[in-house]
Amino acid sequence: MIAAGIDVGSTSTKVVLLDNEKMCCKVKPTGWSPRQAGRECFQELLEQEGYRDEQVDIIVATGYGRVSLDFAHKAVTEITCHGRGAAFLVPGTDLVMDIGGQDSKVIKIDEKGKVLDFAMNDKCAAGTGRFLQVMAIALGLDVSELSELSRDHTPVTINNMCTVFAESEIIGLLAQGVEKGKIVAGIHASIARRMAAMANRMGTNGIVTFTGGVALNDGVRRSLENELGRKIVVPRDCQLVGAIGAALIGREILCNELISN
Amino acid sequence: MADYRQMWTDLGMDLEKHDLLCEVLPEVYTNIYLEQENRPEGMEYFNFVVSEIHGVRPAELIEHQKKGGKVFGTFCIFVPDEVVFAAGGIATGLCGGSQFWVPEGEKVLPANTCPLIKASVGARLGRTCPFFRIADIYIGETTCDGKKKAWEILSQDVPVYVMDLPQMKRVKDIAAWEDEIKLFMQKVEEVTGNKVTSEGLAESIRLINEKRKALARLYNSRKNSPVPISGKDVLLATQIAFYDDPARFTAQTNALCDELEARVAKGEGVFPVNAPRIMITGTPMAIPNWKLHHLIETSGAAVVVEEMCTGTRYFDNLVDESQATLEGQIRALAERYMKINCACFTPNPGRIDDILRLAKEYKVDGIIDANLKFCGLYSTESYNVQNALKEAGIPVMHLETDYSEQDAEQLRTRIEAFVEMLGK
Ligand code: SF4
Ligand code: SF4
Repeated sequence: MIAAGIDVGSTSTKVVLLDNEKMCCKVKPTGWSPRQAGRECFQELLEQEGYRDEQVDIIVATGYGRVSLDFAHKAVTEITCHGRGAAFLVPGTDLVMDIGGQDSKVIKIDEKGKVLDFAMNDKCAAGTGRFLQVMAIALGLDVSELSELSRDHTPVTINNMCTVFAESEIIGLLAQGVEKGKIVAGIHASIARRMAAMANRMGTNGIVTFTGGVALNDGVRRSLENELGRKIVVPRDCQLVGAIGAALIGREILCNELISN
Repeated sequence: MADYRQMWTDLGMDLEKHDLLCEVLPEVYTNIYLEQENRPEGMEYFNFVVSEIHGVRPAELIEHQKKGGKVFGTFCIFVPDEVVFAAGGIATGLCGGSQFWVPEGEKVLPANTCPLIKASVGARLGRTCPFFRIADIYIGETTCDGKKKAWEILSQDVPVYVMDLPQMKRVKDIAAWEDEIKLFMQKVEEVTGNKVTSEGLAESIRLINEKRKALARLYNSRKNSPVPISGKDVLLATQIAFYDDPARFTAQTNALCDELEARVAKGEGVFPVNAPRIMITGTPMAIPNWKLHHLIETSGAAVVVEEMCTGTRYFDNLVDESQATLEGQIRALAERYMKINCACFTPNPGRIDDILRLAKEYKVDGIIDANLKFCGLYSTESYNVQNALKEAGIPVMHLETDYSEQDAEQLRTRIEAFVEMLGK
């Protein structure tokens, strides 16, 4: 039984194949056409792993491009998929924090990964991957350098949540000669504050699992731990959690079909 | 649609701009409404009303004016239509529900005004809605600040009479509203040139009560599972209730109810039995604002009740019909209207009680608390609403949106996730 999960995010497309106990995956930039990115990423993964199209029993699509994948059997929101994926990868999770390219969300789940409540920021770039990117550019850095640079630095306070204003604030701080490490720590803290405000409303106390592209930045994770006062786990496949969740949901649908037949 | 261009020209409308509106509406309506499966036949009447929205009813109102009758435009369900009809006038709702009118409103209002106010002001100033042209006088009220200031702007272009609505519900406030209704009656008498008699008022109280009963009957059918009619269709009927001829609306709605009750008896419905049942609570949805209903009902859930002014707040509670004197009737009106639980009141626990009661009656699985952007009253009250629902163990999601389509896909993700979360 083979189930595929395709997560077409705003920045990158992720495909996961679950073949019983075996799992394989592929990540590609989404580019301009979500449909094409989903299709290509899926095909390339099949080729790379030596599978044929018809061997895949079910395809579940998720992410913002989920509706454009006409070859998928089902579309499920990234919120539901992240819940499932996180519960599978990090048992004991009761809160998922996801920061993607264009949005951020917190999801409260039960032990099986079923969503109990969620909150989402998709109105502006504040507190998202995009925010980090713009700030990195303003500092003349690459996003991958941010984590190291901020280590052991006391954050300066960044007052502006709005990306445009925060950018000028940072340029101002640089002009005052504030150390880059402190500024980066400040940027991380500002994202963490925003996420913590959403998370605190969920009222959970178990493991927090941090997912999405921004979870690759350990500086943000450290800031979140500070802000929440709780341990935060970043699963190794933090970018793949949505796609894994989608594949798991696909597998479940297949099992239910088998049972009811 | 029949040719109403001459009528629109006579009304001083901006035909060119108005044509743009006429062009888009049929397509939107087809996509949202006509493509629903298994629609009740009784919706035919409402389809007709929408297809002739700027024609048939405006023509009737003009006919009424030609005979010396007056038309009163209203914006809030606190304004007692009974008084207008008792004086031989016609009351018609004027709230704007389309993005089309917003830019025109923004020319004179701050951008952070709620879209309902912007669209309403824009529809008047842009001269693109016949109803806004026809009304002899607008009846405003002191509900939210945005509206209060909008009256001052509108009154530079059209006569506006403002009713002072109390913002608390003490005995003295109900008495104050009673006084306001008396003053309103004088104004209506002055505008129409007709005296309101207790016989006339008794008749119009019955007329409007019958409309409320028809709507209550329509909503009652939605308590069944499967639900016999979509939320979208009921929303449309409710919106039309604001400006249609009350007696005709009542008859048509009752005919629709006959059909729905027959469906219920046969166990027929428009959504699968396991589709999550959603309540929407919050700010009003003026025609043609069908955005949230459409998103929800194309995401696998059914809207089964609206705790809104375009919903239960409009028809809940009847006016006592047993009063024989004007004095008694006006008190009965004041008492009934002051039972409406609008967020402009402080405190407003009645609204939360209503939401909890309706959740039970309509067996809802989840509640979407939705308010128009920049509505300070409802978005602030949302905190208490959400807390009460969480305490009662009812899943709730808060959404804030306007009339534009820009956020449709983001809203869809939230709504789908909410529906998946409620999944049975
Ligand atoms: S929300 Fe309040 S102010 Fe608006 S129409 Fe309803 S009762 Fe009137
Ligand atoms: S939605 Fe809110 S801000 Fe808009 S008119 Fe109604 S009460 Fe006022």
